[in-house]
Amino acid sequence: MKFRDYYEVLGVKRDATQDEIKRAYRKLARKYHPDVSKEAGAEEKFKEVREAYEVLKDPEKRAAYDKFGQHWREGQEFTPPPDWDAGFEFSGGGYTEAEGFSDFFEALFGGGGAGFHRTRARPGAGFRTRGEDHHAKILIDLEDAFHGATRSITLQVPEVDENGHVVTRTRTLNVRIPKGITEGQRIRLAGQGGPGMGGGPAGDLYLEVKFRPHPVYRVDRRDLYLDLPITPWEAALGASVPVPTPGGVVEVKIPPGSQSGQKLRLKGKGLPGRQPGDLYAVLKIVTPEPKTDADRELYQRMARQMPMNPRAALGV
Amino acid sequence: MNQHPDVLSGELLDEDTLMGLREVCMLCGVHAERIIEMVTEGIAEPYGRSPMEWRFTGPMVTRLQQALRLQAQLGVNLAGAALALDLLDELDELRRALCRYGR
Repeated sequence: MKFRDYYEVLGVKRDATQDEIKRAYRKLARKYHPDVSKEAGAEEKFKEVREAYEVLKDPEKRAAYDKFGQHWREGQEFTPPPDWDAGFEFSGGGYTEAEGFSDFFEALFGGGGAGFHRTRARPGAGFRTRGEDHHAKILIDLEDAFHGATRSITLQVPEVDENGHVVTRTRTLNVRIPKGITEGQRIRLAGQGGPGMGGGPAGDLYLEVKFRPHPVYRVDRRDLYLDLPITPWEAALGASVPVPTPGGVVEVKIPPGSQSGQKLRLKGKGLPGRQPGDLYAVLKIVTPEPKTDADRELYQRMARQMPMNPRAALGV
Repeated sequence: MNQHPDVLSGELLDEDTLMGLREVCMLCGVHAERIIEMVTEGIAEPYGRSPMEWRFTGPMVTRLQQALRLQAQLGVNLAGAALALDLLDELDELRRALCRYGR
């Protein structure tokens, strides 16, 4: 188990006041809160910050942590010394139920660890509580949303073993991804969250769907966007060109006189649903590079024959 | 490692999912008063006129749960949570606009 330097996590000094600790926590929590932040790894960081605050905000836990914490550094291999918390009296919140906190935290302050004297009732001691809801993100391909799919997800779940030790168990679930799911939507798996206590029901597991970046399509709810490269003569004269869609290649008519940036809407070719999305092909004129004298002559002839000022609207 | 060969089909919380107040209270783990307060604050706008007639869509429930987390974990009050959610929606809309233009 690695030692966690909670002061370092919150970016405060060891002699920080409770107010300074609270301020540091609030600031980092706002920055990394999973409902707010889009930063990669924000969820993990938020858990670390919460864990650190859970200990440092509580003068009793902080005092116990400080007793040995000063001799250790972040990331060092660590085993809690026996009776590390001897001499400390813990009222109320000694035992902390924590979703996804580290082994280090669990060993010292968690329900099944060797740490705090528990002043709260143990699981099964007569009160009935519903288990915690768990949340996870699931990355899928756009094609999975288009066709529907089954995906395996692996979750790390802390559990108390028969000896009372907290162990992290790997749990694999096969989950059906419904056809037409859109980014940000959630799938609720009833009863797949944390276990209940005292015979209470288990919590739910919520899976939030994210799409992996796609090399061709951009997604906006059910609508898809793609850049469609076309030649100047296809744009000028009109043409029928092949366009990929998640359902297969279709032929699309480019109207004569088309310009870069214009969008062609392919109705119902986006993600399926009660109201299927559309696919928008955004035209992008690609100019061939003149490679020979004859090529250059052709461009010069066009310039002579079709003089135009594309910057007229800019007044130049 | 435990394997679960069975495929789980969850409930998709989308616009077509409609839930009454009782179910929403259960999913959010709070009493009806908390939900009524949040509706009054405009955090979710359920269909129906009275609390007994209210029907919440999946995204509304997501929003209520987000508001509860923001209050519990960031220490903001109800109005602050509502404001944060509105700003997050706006941010999301802007991100989607950028994505439409391929940026």
